Formats: sequence, structure tokens, C-alpha cells
Amino acid sequence: MKIIVCVKQVPDAKDVRLDPKTNTLAREGVQSIMNPYDQYALEEAVLLKEQLGGEVTVLSMGPPQAVDVLRQAISLGADHGVLVSDRAFAGADTWATSYTLAKAIHKIGDFDLILCGKQAIDGDTAQVGPGLAIQLDIPFVTCIQKVREASESELVLERMMDDGYDVVAVSLPVLLTVVKDLNIPRIPSLKGKMKAKKAEFKILSAEDIGADSACIGLAGSPTQVVSVFPPPPRGERAVLTGTVEEQIEQLVEKIAVYL
Amino acid sequence: MDYFLSEEQSMIVEIAKQITDERIIPQRAELDRKDEFPRDILNSMAQADLFGVPIPEEYGGFGGGCLDIVLALEQLGRGCIGVGTAFAASALGVYPIIISGSEELKEKYLPPVAAGKKFAAFGLTEANAGSDASGIQTTAVLDGEEWVLNGTKQWITNGGEAQIYTVVAITDRKKGPRGASMFVVEEGDAGFSCGPKEKKMGIRASSTTELIFKDCRIPKDRIIGRAGTGFVTVMKTLDSSRPGIAALGLGIGQACLDESTTYAKQRVQFGKPIISFQAVQHILADMAIQLEASRALVYSAAKHIDAHPKDMSKVSSMCKVMATDMAMKVSIDAVQVMGGYGYMREYPVEKMMRDAKILQIYEGTNQVQRNVIGQELNKEYSRR
Repeated sequence: MKIIVCVKQVPDAKDVRLDPKTNTLAREGVQSIMNPYDQYALEEAVLLKEQLGGEVTVLSMGPPQAVDVLRQAISLGADHGVLVSDRAFAGADTWATSYTLAKAIHKIGDFDLILCGKQAIDGDTAQVGPGLAIQLDIPFVTCIQKVREASESELVLERMMDDGYDVVAVSLPVLLTVVKDLNIPRIPSLKGKMKAKKAEFKILSAEDIGADSACIGLAGSPTQVVSVFPPPPRGERAVLTGTVEEQIEQLVEKIAVYL
Repeated sequence: MDYFLSEEQSMIVEIAKQITDERIIPQRAELDRKDEFPRDILNSMAQADLFGVPIPEEYGGFGGGCLDIVLALEQLGRGCIGVGTAFAASALGVYPIIISGSEELKEKYLPPVAAGKKFAAFGLTEANAGSDASGIQTTAVLDGEEWVLNGTKQWITNGGEAQIYTVVAITDRKKGPRGASMFVVEEGDAGFSCGPKEKKMGIRASSTTELIFKDCRIPKDRIIGRAGTGFVTVMKTLDSSRPGIAALGLGIGQACLDESTTYAKQRVQFGKPIISFQAVQHILADMAIQLEASRALVYSAAKHIDAHPKDMSKVSSMCKVMATDMAMKVSIDAVQVMGGYGYMREYPVEKMMRDAKILQIYEGTNQVQRNVIGQELNKEYSRR
């Protein structure tokens, strides 16, 4: 089975903060990691490869330093890594990103399955997976929590819902987005780390993938970010003490101010 | 301190550290409370190739040296030496095969242990034979094409959990120490069984049982090396494995320093964090000094062993004594710094203190190690 896993390099949520002047993410000095949801997608891809044979290619779009997540993916069992990187991609929204990834996948060649994390923890849109499936004109199923059965031609899946889950059978090719209940990602192996150290990655530019310049980067993005701001701080809180009667009295006093 | 590790050594540290932080530390209190064998954790170590580190490359391992295994065990020991002991005992179980086994035994038993698909155990100790290995009662008698084993081994780590056991038995009582031999016994061999799990003070995640042989018949070619070479193999095995026990001591020492220093910075008494009191600072300073000195000796000893594999007894014993005595002392100090909290089970240092004690006892008590060092000194100075 040929599997492509889309991964994104994101700032580690443990030390994210906003620049108080510009209201944008302060990326300086913040460590980058593989988007956590993508780690579950990668683990499932490697499990499927171990079960059915085949190969796993990881694909990322980002600046040159995003090869770090490709290297990490190799240490965790992926076979190949491809980075799409070009200044022309800067400012891409989810639609332009989906277009760019679809073009890159055409360039990579045939596939049976594409796995994506449900969403990236920086943008939180959950749109790129489904957008990519539309661009590739293949079916997609989102929020997969379990792969029940897998064969070369069909998957039986559990899709997480608000009130339980659906069981979905799909034929391949298909694109899935996954949630964290899917598996427990492995710890990199020594063999994997050694392989990752030596791995070389294909870096594709806009020209390499034959992208239409009107469809990529800021120019190809219908979304316009008007402003970014941190949520307002929470209002003042007070804890009332004493007997229930005393507390009610205090509460009434506090409310009365506003009447 | 920077010990200038190689890139591969740094990789081993990173992997073992990740397993410790993500798998062992969140589970260690429960494993301890339930006396539970850490099968899932060991499986994740297998997947990460750690079991292959001490096994030669031609048998599916990484051909790592003493320092490589020390680095892995130090990290694991920082999390839980019960888990570390289960891991280390599997390596200990196959050292006799690596050291003295036939090509056939190596090909059959080493690859599955390197892959972590099978666990191994080492059976030497008996009710009347621990430090004095010459008291061994278990016997092996050749009967046609089979060896017949009878006797009982005691306190065997990984008992009941391992699939491969290397055991010492007397094949010729008249010859004394030269009458002992080593054999491979497999789980499921007729006449071989394991006793119930022992209840221990610490390292409760590791399994400890008797091995019981009642007319246990095994094929003739399961003998490790020639008949009568058992004690030599045992001594070489323990010389090779002791730095690993020292490494578990480094792990506990580091964990105790981390826990108690973090606590001392947070705990406020008389209006100040207790780390601002010299009485506390001096305890922490002494812990740090002893830990770093032990680490320097263990790493140096491991490097010496890697460079001079025939001259390992003395340094192996020296680093085991120093690092494990340090682990005991430092864990007691950590409980002291943390006071009443340190004594409570909600905090990890009481477990570390219970666990640390075994390091001074198993794989040769620290008194026996001092005997070895003393005898080696005697030999060295006779040559001058």
C-alpha cells in the first residue's frame, strides 16, 4: 500500500506567546515540533505498512527548516520525505495550501491512501485535509478514531462524532484525517534515528510541481486575515465566605450595584 | 557535565530518555503498588531497538559497548530501576551465550532477544549459594543425548516472564568450582517451572521467582561452552554486567537530586524557599558532588572495559560499589530534604530509597565487590 502522510511543522504549544505589539505569534526562540495530530497519522501509516507492506512518504509544505519534521518522520518509520518549499508559497491560506499539496502529490505519483492530522495546532482550521481531497478529487473521511480493518482495496473505520462514532467502510484511494484516540505514537528506534541522520529529502519548488502562480501563496488565498488578537482577559472573580445566609447577603449587595 | 558522547551514544540517550519520560515515569508508581511486570514498556523499548544494544551485530544487535548500555540504563534508572532491572536482566541472561556459547546457540537465541521478542534471565543464586557460588546444589547429569537438571534457583530476575534462561549447574561435584557448567533452559521444557513471584521491598515492577528443575531434560547441545567452564563464564558475565547496575545507581542519584532540588526551591519555611538555607544547600551540594564523581568513574570504567575487555574485574567492581553506595546515600538524603513529604507515597523519593537498597546487594554484594578489588590489588602488587 502506498501511503502519503501530510505533516506540518508547528511551534510547540508549550511555549507559545503573542507579541503584544503586533498580536502575531512570537516565533523567535520557540521550538518547532511535528503537529501532534500528524504524529497519530504517521503512526497509523507505519502500522498499516507493517501489516500490509508498501511504503510511507511524508509530505510537508513549509520553510527549508521544515525538513526537521521529515527527518523525525523517518526516525519513526517513514520511508521517504518530500518538502514543498518556495518563497512564492508564503501567506498561503488553507485553500492555496490544499492546491499546493495536491500539485506536489501529483508530482510524487500514485498513492492508495493519504493521512492527515485532524488539524494543525497553530491554525486550528481543520480545512487542509478535506481541501486536499477535493483538489485531488478523491473521497475523504474526517476525525478517524480507529482503523478496524484494512486491506489493499478497502478500509473499515470509526469516525468520531459528538455522540459516539460512525462505522464507515471506504474503498481506496481515500484521504483520512485522524484524531488522537487513534493510536499511541511509537518512540523513535535506534535504526530509525540512524536512517534519519543520513536521509536526504526532495525539495520541490513552485516550478517543480507546475503550480499556477495565481493559485499559490497570498495571491491564491481567498482568506484575508483582518486582525489577530488575544482573547480579552477574564473579569474579576471573588469567593464569598460565611454561612449561606451571609453569602446570599453579600451576593445581593454585589448585584445591587448594577441595578 | 559534558562527557563528549559520540553521535550514536547521544541517540541512545535520547531514545532511553524519551521512553523514561513518556512511558516509565507516568506508570512507575502504579507498577510499584501493584507489583506489575512492565510488559508494555519493555515492548516499546523493543520497538526502539534498545534490546539490541548489547548484542553483537552479526546476531541482529547493534554491537554496542559497555558505555552504550550504561548510558541507556542510566536513563531508565532515572525513571524506575524496577523496569531498568527487568531490561538489564534480559541482557544478563544472554551474556553467557555471547561470552562462551557455541555458534548454534548464538544463532538460535541472540536474534530474538536483540529484537526484544523474547526475554532472557540468568540463574545462579540458590538458597545456600549466593556470594559463595561454590555452594551450588543444582546438578546436571548427561543421560544419552540429554542433560538432566535437578535443583532450585532462588530470586531469579525475570523468572516466569523470560522465555530463555541461562543457569548454572554442577556437572562434576569432585572438581569443585571447575565442576560447574552453564546451560540454556527454555520456557516450556519438560520438568522446568517457575515459583510464585516474591514480595520485595523495592524494584517491584521486576519479577523475581524460583526456577525449579525436576528431572528437567534438555538437548545435549544446550550446554554453554565446555563442561566445567561454568564459573569462568559466570565471572565474566558478572564483570560485564556490573557497570550496568552502577548505571542504574546513577539514574536513581540523578532522579533524587532532581526531585529534592526542585522541591527545595518551592518549599517555603520561615518565609523563604528552603534552598536558601545553608543546611539544605550543603546536603544538595554533597549529593551533586557524589553523583558527578560516580558518573565520571562509571563512564571511565565503561570506556576502559570497551578498550581492554580482558582487564575488567577491578574497574567493574569499583564503579558498581561507588555508584550504588552513592545511590543509597543520595536517596536517603533526598527523603531528608523533602521531610514528611519525602516519606509519603505521593512523592517518588520514598520508592527510590526502597529501590536503591537492592543495588548494593544484587549482582554481587558491595562487600564481595570490595573482596574482588582487594584480591586484584594483591595480585597487581605481587607482580611489581
